[in-house]
Amino acid sequence: MAHATISGAPAHGGQGSVPPGHHVQGGHDEHHDHESLKTFGFWMFLITDCILFGTLFATYLVLRFNTSGGPTAEELFQMPIIIAETFILLTSSFTSGLAVLEMKKGNKKGLIGWLAVTAALGAAFIALEVSEFVHLVHEGATISTSAFLSAFFTLVGTHGLHVTVGLVWMIALMIQLAQRGITPVTDRKVTIISLYWHFLDVVWIFVFSLVYLLGVM
Amino acid sequence: MLNDLKDFLLNDFFVTGDPLILGSQVAIALSIVAIVFVLTYFKKWKWLWTEWLTTVDHKRIGIMYIIASLLMLFRGGVDALLMRVQLAAPQLEFLHADHYNQIFTTHGVIMILFMAMPLMFGLFNIVLPLQIGARDVAYPFLNALSFWLFFWGAMLFNVSFVIGGSPDTGWLAYPPLSGLQLSPGVGQDFYIWGIQISGIGSLATGINFVATILKMRAPGMKLMDMPMFAWSVLASCVTIMFAFPILTVTLFLLFLDRYLGAHFFTLDAGGNPMMYINLIWMWGHPEVYIVILPAFGIFSEVVSTFARKKLFGYKSMVFALMSISVASFFTWAHHFFTMGSGANVNAFFAITTMIIAIPTGVKVFNWLFTMFRGRITFSTPMLWTIAFIPCFVIGGMTGVLLSVAPADFQFHNSYFLIAHFHQVLIGGVVFGYFAGLYYWWPKLFGFKLHEGLGKWAFWFWNIGFYVCFMPQYVLGLMGMTRRFNEYDFDMGWQPLNIVSTVGAFLMGIAFIFQVWQIAHSIKFLKKEKTGDAWDGRTLEWSIPSPPPVYNFARLPQVSGRDPWWEEKQRIARGEQPSPLPPLEPIHMPKNSGIPFIMSFFWFVAGFGFVWDWKWMIIPGLAGVVICMLIRSFSYDTDYYISVEEIERTEAKLRGAY
Repeated sequence: MAHATISGAPAHGGQGSVPPGHHVQGGHDEHHDHESLKTFGFWMFLITDCILFGTLFATYLVLRFNTSGGPTAEELFQMPIIIAETFILLTSSFTSGLAVLEMKKGNKKGLIGWLAVTAALGAAFIALEVSEFVHLVHEGATISTSAFLSAFFTLVGTHGLHVTVGLVWMIALMIQLAQRGITPVTDRKVTIISLYWHFLDVVWIFVFSLVYLLGVM
Repeated sequence: MLNDLKDFLLNDFFVTGDPLILGSQVAIALSIVAIVFVLTYFKKWKWLWTEWLTTVDHKRIGIMYIIASLLMLFRGGVDALLMRVQLAAPQLEFLHADHYNQIFTTHGVIMILFMAMPLMFGLFNIVLPLQIGARDVAYPFLNALSFWLFFWGAMLFNVSFVIGGSPDTGWLAYPPLSGLQLSPGVGQDFYIWGIQISGIGSLATGINFVATILKMRAPGMKLMDMPMFAWSVLASCVTIMFAFPILTVTLFLLFLDRYLGAHFFTLDAGGNPMMYINLIWMWGHPEVYIVILPAFGIFSEVVSTFARKKLFGYKSMVFALMSISVASFFTWAHHFFTMGSGANVNAFFAITTMIIAIPTGVKVFNWLFTMFRGRITFSTPMLWTIAFIPCFVIGGMTGVLLSVAPADFQFHNSYFLIAHFHQVLIGGVVFGYFAGLYYWWPKLFGFKLHEGLGKWAFWFWNIGFYVCFMPQYVLGLMGMTRRFNEYDFDMGWQPLNIVSTVGAFLMGIAFIFQVWQIAHSIKFLKKEKTGDAWDGRTLEWSIPSPPPVYNFARLPQVSGRDPWWEEKQRIARGEQPSPLPPLEPIHMPKNSGIPFIMSFFWFVAGFGFVWDWKWMIIPGLAGVVICMLIRSFSYDTDYYISVEEIERTEAKLRGAY
């Protein structure tokens, strides 16, 4: 085993040998490190969020036939609205990608513009989902009708709640961008929310396949 | 109107009509008055706020975790003693059935979630950044938020005892009993929200420490050079990341059942109570490994330090930790072999459970081989470690017996099971955290705890433990099942139950010894000036005790394991210590009041949900959102410590040598 050593980390141009690839404290890369660390943490949060949705999906799949004499998936789901929701959300994922591209170019206006488009599409998605839920409730299919509907509303509603949180977050971020422009910190914040947005899109694809398509088959 | 209010307060809001609880209510009120008086009289409010409530320093957060945890240990212990008094003789009328139900429920929840978890997080916070040569955790603000979420969640759970009534459906609250029809009171809602709020904090801590370990190690420290405790924290926190979201969802679904009349776990309308039991154990089983893994890490550090040898089988130790972490997710169904999942399912889970014993056995032998031919010093941390090994082995063996599915139809929910999990939780987790607490106490406060009193406490704990739980194995085989509050004379259970109760009180005496030990050590303070109280091996012993706010004036440059030990060896051989580079300004996070305030709003919202008061829920949740936005808009969150200040601090600390 190699002998362990301890010494202080040498500074810029300090005495002592700096091993290759060794991170030097202080200096300009510290801020960058700080921000990339936060992005890394957000990836880990997304892992935990995957588990959260995975649990909800499992719950739904276990309970989806427990309609207890109430309405079934086939009777309830109106596919045209769902397909519209899907396309709106997929498009918003694309526009959030465009926003990040504009940021990499350093174009503040384009960045805020595409974020606004993304948020508008997200809001349209939420509006459609709320109207769908209202319609279901009018049909007499509420969260307390059957285990199937409990699981359905909880899974889809949790995704909707995530999107709503994302909207508030995105608006707050647009204000910050208008105030401060593109700095390492706002850059990281935009990166994180676009990660979040894409993640919600992926979850929606699972919702679309496992809840709606499987439901009307 | 006023009469209505009075009726509500006396009949529903405050728990009345029980002398024990009335006594507690008076004691709580007096304590609050005393605390407020002391803080006001000594003008300490501002100090409390600026130095503690708003701190983002991992060491102070760790201290607060440990204080909270010891208070909860007291409360959970009193619960345990009350139960043992009730069971000491047949047909006692000391606790009535519903009161007894509340007590075993709060005992379980508090001991696992509000005692073991915070004690573990306290040790993580104090030790881990120091061990890997970091100046703080990856996300200091989130760390403070985690603590306050835990704190207010625990407060919400504890307040149920005097306001509204405690939950009484067992520590995991199985439906349909915990559903609205069979538990219409507010106790169950306190359970859901107290655990939910602190659970979010635990999840955040898990993410935080994984990031800290992966990204914040001192330059040159490879993963396979980390101290074993750091590995155990990594294993534990990865497990937290994968397990705790399941708990969040499960409690949320139970909440929807109770609050909106959903049908996840009800008996009618297609609900499936068994699904709850599956879900809760998918979190619950990993949870018990989450708390034991760090204890394994602590034992590895302690054994190596006090045997004055490097840890035997480092790589196998890492492999064992990680494989236990993974395997913990494949054993959940062994908690309900009797559910009727069928022979194949039971066989699968029986085998996975037995597989856990293999890495655990590897670890035990590694500790024994580390001690082999070592020059062992029997200080208190080492005593706890040596006592742990046989205790945990017996507990593990009975665990393997329980994992045999057909046999479990006999053992299920009997006192045999109770004795088993108390043996691994007390003999493993509690002994481990005590070892850690004694071991790192001098690092944290700059003085050692009194060894003599510590040994008294140690022997009382140990003897008390065996006297309390060995009879329970026999009682279980005699057919005594858990959650009874009384039994008949003709059962023949009385003699062993009396023995068991005596053992429980011996452990209570041991706890008093520990309190005395801490008080005595503070009163006759003997400062430990070297910063290296036990002749340690890892980086935390290379800096002064207690460490300065930035921990390391210069980030250590590490190569190899046990770096501090190697450095000491080299200096002893007469080699020159490595030259020190010039100091640089240190980048530190600023204190923030947001974690405290935001968690308090969570408490308000949770309290509102418990009573279904919209006027309380809405401001609570709004407060949470506003706090988040304020944090998002604040860009001035850190500062630099100047070189002059570092020099002044270091001179003051090193000057004491």
